[in-house]
Amino acid sequence: MAAEHGLTREEYARIQQILGRDPNITELGIFSVMWSEHCSYKSSKVHLKRLPTRGQLVVQGPGENAGVVDIGDGLVAAFKIESHNHPSFVEPFQGATTGVGGILRDIFTMGARPIAVLDSLRFGEITASKHTSKADAAKNRRILDGVVRGIGSYGNCFGVPTVGGEVGFAPCYSQNPLVNALALGIAKKEEIFLAKAKGIGNPVIYVGAKTGRDGIHGASLLASAEFTEESKQKRPNVQVGDPFMEKLLLEACLEAMQTGAVVAIQDMGAAGLTCSTMEMASRGGTGIEIDLAKVPQRETGMTPYEIMLSESQERMLLVAEKGREREVLAVFKKWGLDAVVVGQVTEGGIARINNNGRVAAEIPAHPLAEEGPVFRRPMAAPAPRIETEKDWFAFAPEGANLTANFVKLLAAPAIASKRWITEQYDTSVRTNTLAGPGASDAAVLRIKDPNTGAVKRALALSTDGNGRWCQLNPRVGAMHAVAEAARNVAASGARPIAATNCLNFGSPEKPEVMWQFSEAIDGLAEASTALGTPITGGNVSFYNETLGKSIYPTPVIGVLGLLDDPSKVMKMAFRNEGDVIVLLSGSASAPPAALLQGHQLSALAREFSSSEYSQTIAAIVAGEPPAIDLAAERCLQDCLVALAAESALESAHDISDGGLAVTLAESCFASAPRGTSMLGPQQARTLLGAITNLADESWPGEFALFSERGARAIVSVAPSKLAAVLDTARQYQVAGRELGQVTRDGSFRIAYKGRAVIDSSVEKLRDAWAHSLERTLTSR
Amino acid sequence: MKFAVVVFPGSNCDHDAFYAIGNVLDKPVEFIWHQSEDLANCDAVILPGGFSYGDYLRTGAIARFSPVMKSVEKFAKSGGLVLGICNGFQILCEAGLLPGAMMRNSGLRFICRQVHIRVEQTDTPFTNAAQKGQILTIPIAHSDGNYHCDEATLADLEKNRQVLFRYSTPDGTDDHAGNPNGAVQNIAGVSNRERNVAGLMPHPERAVESALGSADGLVIFRSMAEALVGAAKAIA
Repeated sequence: MAAEHGLTREEYARIQQILGRDPNITELGIFSVMWSEHCSYKSSKVHLKRLPTRGQLVVQGPGENAGVVDIGDGLVAAFKIESHNHPSFVEPFQGATTGVGGILRDIFTMGARPIAVLDSLRFGEITASKHTSKADAAKNRRILDGVVRGIGSYGNCFGVPTVGGEVGFAPCYSQNPLVNALALGIAKKEEIFLAKAKGIGNPVIYVGAKTGRDGIHGASLLASAEFTEESKQKRPNVQVGDPFMEKLLLEACLEAMQTGAVVAIQDMGAAGLTCSTMEMASRGGTGIEIDLAKVPQRETGMTPYEIMLSESQERMLLVAEKGREREVLAVFKKWGLDAVVVGQVTEGGIARINNNGRVAAEIPAHPLAEEGPVFRRPMAAPAPRIETEKDWFAFAPEGANLTANFVKLLAAPAIASKRWITEQYDTSVRTNTLAGPGASDAAVLRIKDPNTGAVKRALALSTDGNGRWCQLNPRVGAMHAVAEAARNVAASGARPIAATNCLNFGSPEKPEVMWQFSEAIDGLAEASTALGTPITGGNVSFYNETLGKSIYPTPVIGVLGLLDDPSKVMKMAFRNEGDVIVLLSGSASAPPAALLQGHQLSALAREFSSSEYSQTIAAIVAGEPPAIDLAAERCLQDCLVALAAESALESAHDISDGGLAVTLAESCFASAPRGTSMLGPQQARTLLGAITNLADESWPGEFALFSERGARAIVSVAPSKLAAVLDTARQYQVAGRELGQVTRDGSFRIAYKGRAVIDSSVEKLRDAWAHSLERTLTSR
Repeated sequence: MKFAVVVFPGSNCDHDAFYAIGNVLDKPVEFIWHQSEDLANCDAVILPGGFSYGDYLRTGAIARFSPVMKSVEKFAKSGGLVLGICNGFQILCEAGLLPGAMMRNSGLRFICRQVHIRVEQTDTPFTNAAQKGQILTIPIAHSDGNYHCDEATLADLEKNRQVLFRYSTPDGTDDHAGNPNGAVQNIAGVSNRERNVAGLMPHPERAVESALGSADGLVIFRSMAEALVGAAKAIA
C-alpha cells in the first residue's frame, strides 16, 4: 500500500514515528503527496541551499508562493516560474492551461495583480530527421499546437498579456516536452499577503471552484515519477482549467484583501486541500481543523481521501479575522463564487480533518510539512566523453560563400520567427506592453500605480536556458542561462535585479542526473552572485524522462530588471539609414591576429560544435559550450544599461543563438512595420539592411559569423553619437568596434577578410526566417 | 460629461478603457457593475472587451441577459452613446442593438496583432474627430471577430453608411489583404442606423499612447467626448 503511494519503507517508518501509530488510508494519502518529490523537494533541498537568495531589493525569497522584490515608489513585484511538463505531455492543452493557471494563482495569492506571463517551452523535433520519425515529428507538432492553444486560451481569457519566453527543440524532448510558465504581478509593498495561518479561532474559508475527482495524485504520481508506455493512462490525473473561474477568483481575492479582514491566504495547487491546510498551519505554527462535509463538491460520494488529494483548479483557502467572516463572504458572493467556512485555526499544531463528525485524519502539521525526508542522493560524473577532431565541426574553406547555410540557419525552428506562436497570445491587454515578443531582447512592461494609474517605471523580463550546452557541461551551461537572461534584460535598458528558476532534470535516482543537478546549481549560484540577480524562488522538476531516457538537463532562468525611465526602453530594430553598427564586447574575444595554430583551430572547432549552426548545418552536437567570463558579462551589461540611460543608442540586441550574423539579420527584420503578417512588395522595401565588414578577425569565417560566445551585443548608433558611445564603452572596459552601416537599399552583406561571405537581400533572408515555423506547423 | 465602463464577470479590458478615458483623455469615468440597473447618470457607455461569462456558450450570449443590459438598451433607445469594443461589440450584436453576428476567425485561431482600419464615415459621434479615409493602426485580440450578416442586412448597412471601419493595408489600398479574420466586406466596426450605438473588434483603448505602439485609437474616444460637448451645447 505504501509503495503504491510512492513511499519507501523508511518513509513509512518515519510516518509511524510521527503519528505514534499506523496511518489510515487518508493519512497515508496526505503523507504521500506532501512527501512527494514535487511538493517536498526531498532530493533537491540540500543543493538548493547553495543558491544566493538575498539581496537589497529582495522582500521575500524562496518558501512562499512567489518571490517578491522592491521596485520603488512603494511597489513590489511578485514573480515566479513553474513547470507543468508531465501533464502537458499527457494532455497538452489542459496541461498547459493549468500550468498557466497555477502560476497566476501563486502571484495573486500574494496580493499582487498579475501583469505578465512568459513561457519557456521545449519540444521534440517538428520535422523528421535521423533522430525523429515522420510520425514522431507529427506528434511533436500536435503537442506544440495543444500547448500553445492552452497557454493562449488561459491567459487571453484571464486577461494577462503573454509577452515573451522562448521555444526550443531537440529530440530528447520528444517524449517529455517542457512547459515552464512564469508570471509577474504588482502590489503595494504594505499589502503583500503571506500564507501563514494566524489567530486561534479564526475561521478557515474555502473559496472558488468545487472539488471534484480530477487531478488526484497529480503531484505524487504524475510529477514525481518517470514516464513509461502506460503514461497515457494517467490522463485522469491531469487537471482541467477554467480561466473564467480564475478571473473571478482573482478579482474577488484582491477585493476581499482590501477589506482588511483576510489574515492569510494560500492557493490550492499541487496536492490541493492537503498542501494548503498543512502548509498554512505549519508556517503559522498553529493547528487547523476543517470539516470535509462543508467543502463544496462537484461529485457525490467523494471519500475524505479523494477530497484531500483532489487537484481541482481555481480554489483558494483563506483565513479571515474572526467576526469579520461576513465581509469576506460578501465579496465572493458578489463575484458568484462559492465561499464556505470549513474550519478554524486551532492551538497546538495538530491538523485535524473531520468528515461528518468523524475524524478522517489527525496529523501534526509541522513535522508533516517540514520534517519530511531529505535525501543526499548519490552523485557521479558521467564517464568523460572521448572526442577527437573527427567528432567536431569541420570549418568550410577560407573565403567560402556562406549565404546558403545562413538561409538554412535562419529557417531552423530554434532561430526562425516565433510569430505564428506569439500571435495566438494576447500580448497587449492591460496596456502596459512597451516591448512584446520580438521587439526587444526582453519583454518590457510599464508599471501603473494601482490607485492612480500614473506611470513611473518599467520592468523587463527574460527567460533563457540552453539544454544542449547544459548536456555538454551543466555548470557552464547553467551560468550561460543566467548570463543570457540578464544580458537580454540589460539590452532592453533595464538593470537586472532578481531571478527565478525552473530546474528541469531527469530522474534524481540516477547518480549522473544528480551530478548534473549539483553542477547546474553551482553554476547558477556563481553566475547569479556575479550578475547581481539573487534567486527568489522557482521550482524543481525531476523525473523528466521516458523509458529510461533523460531530457537534456534544462535549467531555465527568468531574470527581472528595473527600468527607471520607461521612455528609454531599447529595442532591437535598426532605425535609421546611415547609423553605425557597433559590436560591443565585454571581453577581448578576438585571438591575436597571427595565423591560428593547429591546436588553436581544434579548440575553436570543439567549442563551435556546441553551436546552433553546428547542429543545423552539420547535425553535430559535441564539444563544449563557450567558456564564460562573468566579469566580462557584468561589464557589458552595466555598459548597455548606461548607454540606454544616456539615450545614446538607436538599437541594442545581444548576440546569442546563431551568433553575430543572426543578430544583425534580426535587427534588420525587426525594422519592418510591426503588425502586418505579410509584407507587400512596398513594405518589404521599407526593411533596413546592413553592410558590415569583420575585417580584422582571424577566425575561420563560420566561427566569426556564427559563434555564440557571450558578453557581446550589436548596437546601432547615430554617427554624431559614435564617439560618445565608444567613450562610455571604454569606461566600462567594453571593446567597441565599428562593423558597418545600416542601409536602406535592402541589401544584407557581411564581408570577412575582404570577401563577401554573406550577400543577399534582407527580403529574401526575412522570408526564410519569417515563415519557416508557420509552414512547418501548418503542414500535414 | 461622464463615461461609464460596464464590468461583466470576465470583462478584462475594463481597466484599459477606464485608463484610456480617465488618464489619457482626462474625462470623468466610472465602472458600472453588471448587476446594476442604474447607469449613474453617465452620458456614454462603454462595453469593454474580455470574455464575459467565459464566453463558453457563444461570445456575448450570456452577458446580454445581465441586468445592466436592460438599462443600456433603454439608454441606447433614448439616443445615448454606446460603444462596444471586441467582446462588447459581440454583446451588442447578441442584444440586437447592432446588426450582424460574429463567427470564428477564418484561420480558426486567436489572433493578436496590430491591424489597420480605415475610417469610412465621419458624421458619427464615434468618428467625428477623424478624417474620412484615415488609416488607424490599432491592435486586435480575438478568436471570434469574423463579422457576418445576411445579404439584405449588408446592403442596408452599406446604403445607410453604417460601416464605420474597414480593415485595410497600412496604405489603405488593399482591404482584403488587411483583413485578419475573414469578416464580410472587411468590416471591422459598424453603427446602428441612428448612429448612436457602435461596435468594433479592434481595441482603440490599447492604442492611446505612442509608447504602446500607436495613439490612433484615441480619436474614437475624443470623437465621443466632442459629440457629448456638442450635444450639451445644443441643449443649452
